[in-house]
Order: sequence, then C-alpha cells, then structure tokens
Amino acid sequence: MEDHAILNVKNLSTHFFTENGVVEAVNHVSFSLRKGKTLCIVGESGCGKSVTAMSIMGLISSPPGKIVDGEVWFEGKDLIRASKKDMRKIQGNEISMIFQEPMTSLNPVLTVGEQIMEPLIEHKLLTKNQAKKQAVELIKLVGIGRSEEVFKSYPHQLSGGMQQRIMIAIALSCNPKLIIADEPTTALDVTIQAQILDLLKNIKEERNMSMILITHDLGVVAEVADYVVVMYAGKVIEEGTVFEIFKDPKHPYTKGLLKSKPIINQRNKRLYSIPGQIPNLIGLEPSCYFFERCEHRMDICRRKLPENSKVNHDHQVSCWLYDKSEGALS
Amino acid sequence: MSMELIRGGVKKVVGYKKSSLWTQVLHRLMKNKMAMLGFWFLVLILLICIFGPLFSKYANSRVDAAYINQPPSSEHWLGTDKLGRDVFTRLMEAGRISLTVGLGSMILSVTIGTVLGVLAGFYRGIVDQIVMRMADVLMTIPNLPLLFIMTAVMSEWKVPAEYRLYIVMILLSFIGWPGLARLVRSQILSLREREFMQATEALGLRDSRKLFIHLLPNTFPLVIVAGTLNVGGAILSESVLSYFGLGVVPPTASWGNMINSANSLVDFQNRPWLWIPPGLAIFVTVISINLLGDGLRDAIDPKMKSR
Repeated sequence: MEDHAILNVKNLSTHFFTENGVVEAVNHVSFSLRKGKTLCIVGESGCGKSVTAMSIMGLISSPPGKIVDGEVWFEGKDLIRASKKDMRKIQGNEISMIFQEPMTSLNPVLTVGEQIMEPLIEHKLLTKNQAKKQAVELIKLVGIGRSEEVFKSYPHQLSGGMQQRIMIAIALSCNPKLIIADEPTTALDVTIQAQILDLLKNIKEERNMSMILITHDLGVVAEVADYVVVMYAGKVIEEGTVFEIFKDPKHPYTKGLLKSKPIINQRNKRLYSIPGQIPNLIGLEPSCYFFERCEHRMDICRRKLPENSKVNHDHQVSCWLYDKSEGALS
Repeated sequence: MSMELIRGGVKKVVGYKKSSLWTQVLHRLMKNKMAMLGFWFLVLILLICIFGPLFSKYANSRVDAAYINQPPSSEHWLGTDKLGRDVFTRLMEAGRISLTVGLGSMILSVTIGTVLGVLAGFYRGIVDQIVMRMADVLMTIPNLPLLFIMTAVMSEWKVPAEYRLYIVMILLSFIGWPGLARLVRSQILSLREREFMQATEALGLRDSRKLFIHLLPNTFPLVIVAGTLNVGGAILSESVLSYFGLGVVPPTASWGNMINSANSLVDFQNRPWLWIPPGLAIFVTVISINLLGDGLRDAIDPKMKSR
C-alpha cells in the first residue's frame, strides 16, 4: 500500500516558539495519502489542521515557527529537508494550495489574469501570450463565463465565490499532482459552498489529482473524502476510511463531533456540543489531551499519552478505551 | 427585462477599464477644491516657466547696461536688476531650475527610498539593520547643517556652475530618502504578513517577483503622496541653499539666489521688485504642491483624513 502513496507524512512536529512558551501546534502527526484519493483532516479550530498543511507546503515562517521533527515524503523527496530552490519548484507546480479566505488571498492591486499567469510563467516557462491563453482557459474551466472580462478585472470586482474559483484556477494552473485545500468554503455562503466543492471534486477526478481537504464540516467530509484524519490539540487521534469513521467512530471526540452535526429531518431541541475547550497548547502534560472533556475518562488518561491502536486494517485510534496492551490494564 | 438590466449592470462593473482604483482616486481628488486649486496653479506655473522665456526678448540673461535697476514698467514688467536683466524673464528661467531640482530630487529620493525600504521590509534581519541604521544616522544629523557642509565641500572642489544643479539634486535626494524608506518599510512589514503574500509563497514565486510585482504596487499610493510633498520640501531646501550661495550659483538663476538680492539694505528697501516676485513664486509653488499632496492623500486613503 505504501508504494502508492503520493504523500507520506511521518512524525511531523511543528512548534512555535513564543514569549509565553513553546506552542506544540502539530505533534507527531503521521498519515499518508494515496494517489488520486482525497484525504480530509477534520477537527475544531486551533487543533493544528492548517499548520499541518502549511508545514507540508513549507510555509512555516521561522521564527517563531519551526518544524522540529518529522519527514514529509512526496515523490521520493523529503520536503522538510529540501532546499529552498527545490521547494520553490514544487510549490505551486506539483503541490498547490487553496486558502481559506479568497478575499484576502488575492493581491488587490493586480488583475485576476496577471495572478493566474504568474505560476505559468514561473514554472512552465510560458511566454506572456501563451500564459494568457491558458489563463483564459482556466477561468472557463472553473466555471466562470465572460472569461475575457474577468481576466482583466481586479479581485474586488468579483464576488467571494468567483474569487474562490479564481484561487482554484491559480492552484490548478500548473496541473499539480496534489492540491491542499485549507477550508476552501469557510468564507462562502452555503449555496456557493456546494458549487465550489463540486467543482473541486470534478476537477480532481478529471485530472486524477490527489487532494488534502481541511475542514470542520463533517457534511463535506462525508461527501468528498476517501480517508479521514481526525486531529485534536495537534495530534491525530483517529484515522480511517470515511466509511469506517462514519459508521463506527471509536474515539469519544470523533463521536462527539459526529453527534454535534445537525441531521436533516430530525428535530432536536438543542444541538449537541462537546463541553469544554481545546487545552492550551503550551506545556502540555503527558496525558490524553482530550481528558478534561471526555465522558469516558479513566485514571490512566490523566497519566499517560495513549498510543495508536489498530481497530482494523483501515482504522486506527489513539484512546485508552481501545488499547489492549498491558499498559492500559494497569 | 429586469434580468437584462441586471446583466447590463454587472457587465459594466466588470468591464470597468483598467485601474479602477485610480479612476476613483481621480474622482475624489477632483471634488477637493483646494487640491484642484493647487493643481491648476502648479500647471500654470509650469507652463509659464517652460514656455514663458520662449516669448521673451530678454531671454538667456541678456544684460542691458542702459537699464539697470529699473522699477517695473510696461517694458520690463517686474523691473530690472543691477545688471540690467529683466526680472520677469529671469524669474521664469529660475523657475525652470527650481522645479527641475524639485522634481529630479524627488524622483531620485523616491527611487532610493522605495527600493531600500522594500528590501529592508522584505528581508528584515541584517539587510533591515544596515538600511535602517543608515537612515537613522542620516536623520539624526540636522538636514541644513549637513547640506551646508556638503555644498561647501562642493564649492571647495570648484564644481562648474552648470553642474551644480545636478549635484544639488543628488544631495537633496541623499537627504530625502530615509523618511521615505521608513515609510515604505513599515508598509511592507505589514503587507508581507498578509495572506496574499503567503499565497505567492505557496505558488513558489521567486523573490524578485514577490518584491516588485506583488509588494511594490501596494505601496504606490503612499509613495505618490510622500513624493508629491517631497517636491515642495526639495524646492524649499534648494532655495535656502541657493540663497546662501551654496546651491545653484549665478549666473544660473534660481528662486533662491534671486532673493539673495534682498541681502543688501538698499535693494531691500528701495527695490522690492527684486525679491518679492521670487519669494512669492516659492510661496505659491510650495503651497500648491502641499495642497495637491494633501488632497491626494485624502483621495487615496480617506481613512487617513481623521488624523
């Protein structure tokens, strides 16, 4: 299985060194993504989803951030140890990223066309005319009519949905093998969200690309994911195929997440929410980080970090409830 | 039909010709009466200075010993000076020089200031330290004494009079860049953290592209305003230097060295036509430039107005 993986993240740890202490934003995260598949990273705000994505892309600015440990293997290259020059050839060319807020991710003083042309000129070494032709094609591809007009317009003249389509066009411009979409629909309204997701899904399938989708919307996960990674406080607490996770969630946190999702046609007085908040990521004790909010907490949860235990071939969880080793029994 | 209307509207918005930011700025600027007053005054002064001497029979500092120190008359609108030169013509010729110095030094200092500011703000660390400490050192020394010393050295080296103009320009921009560099640097420091810069990073663009295509245009509004106001300052400094005989020296005329005639008590009391016109010219030009600059600032960034 490992051979088909396009991306292999091993033991990735990204810390931020701040005045108040070391923030362990990403803590020994491992997962792998197979070619042509979609991997969803879910979790609530501030649990390290975006930082994971940025670490893969090499976008962690240091100081204060630093990738302290781990490897990210992409097509036989370790991206963490790649030189800046090599990295630049990968960024935007083989791996590209779609950001959360299309309104702020486009440069306000450059026309949309200029911004789509940039990676083409930079990576594919096209001339201006070729790049322009291709940019107009890309605008059409992401479902915007009047592509010639849009090509010449500035970001503020477009709606949020259109801006996100443009971001997708930019990300697709060099025909990357992997797309990382960091909550691409968060800033958009619901009707547009569905369109953007469909667009992403279709293009991904058409071009046989792989995708990492970061989201906290479980509805989205159910629709597009092949494989799900649940993160909490910088750690992967459960991972498995989308089928496994939805049918048979193991970790109390995952169960809570699934419970707090509204279900159509079912009247509830009040939507379930997991009590408490994410712990402060500075100076974490070696305990289960979900300990304080967990309904099933045990003594050992306070004392020891749970290890990954296999539920079955496609499903792993790190929780003492399922750990059959002797450490758990004591 | 309403659909049609809506579609037409959208088309219009999207079809807005390039740089709609600048059309908006222009609109706002045109509404500002004081700024427009400044603008038209400047245009008028420029036109008079550039084309005026062409129509004057006293051009090129023609000396006429028969008409020395004449008061204003229909022959010589602003009288003549002690060498019998027509003051009005000389005023226009001096204007050419003063405005050239102002514009030239502005362009130079804006170029130096923005390039260094962008580099310092983008690379931070050691580059930032070097550039900003240089700027600090320059800013700690009061400008006028520094200029005096440098121009005095220039006089010592016996620089030919026709080149002094350019050297004054370079010196003024040497003095003028630190303020601009600081301004641009601070702007870049905040811009580089914005999401669209992270996006350029994620696209693997090279640094030169990030710097000059993505960051620099974002500072243009600021630079344009600062540059405009800079012209006024440069004209003033040049006048001061020339007044003291350290900037542009006779026979080349400049507004500053024309006022120099007010140095002698006789001229000051009895021949006001020698020093009032150049004084007024400096006053009107600098005020116009400042009005225009202020108007530009308000037009480009309405938020700054409340300051």
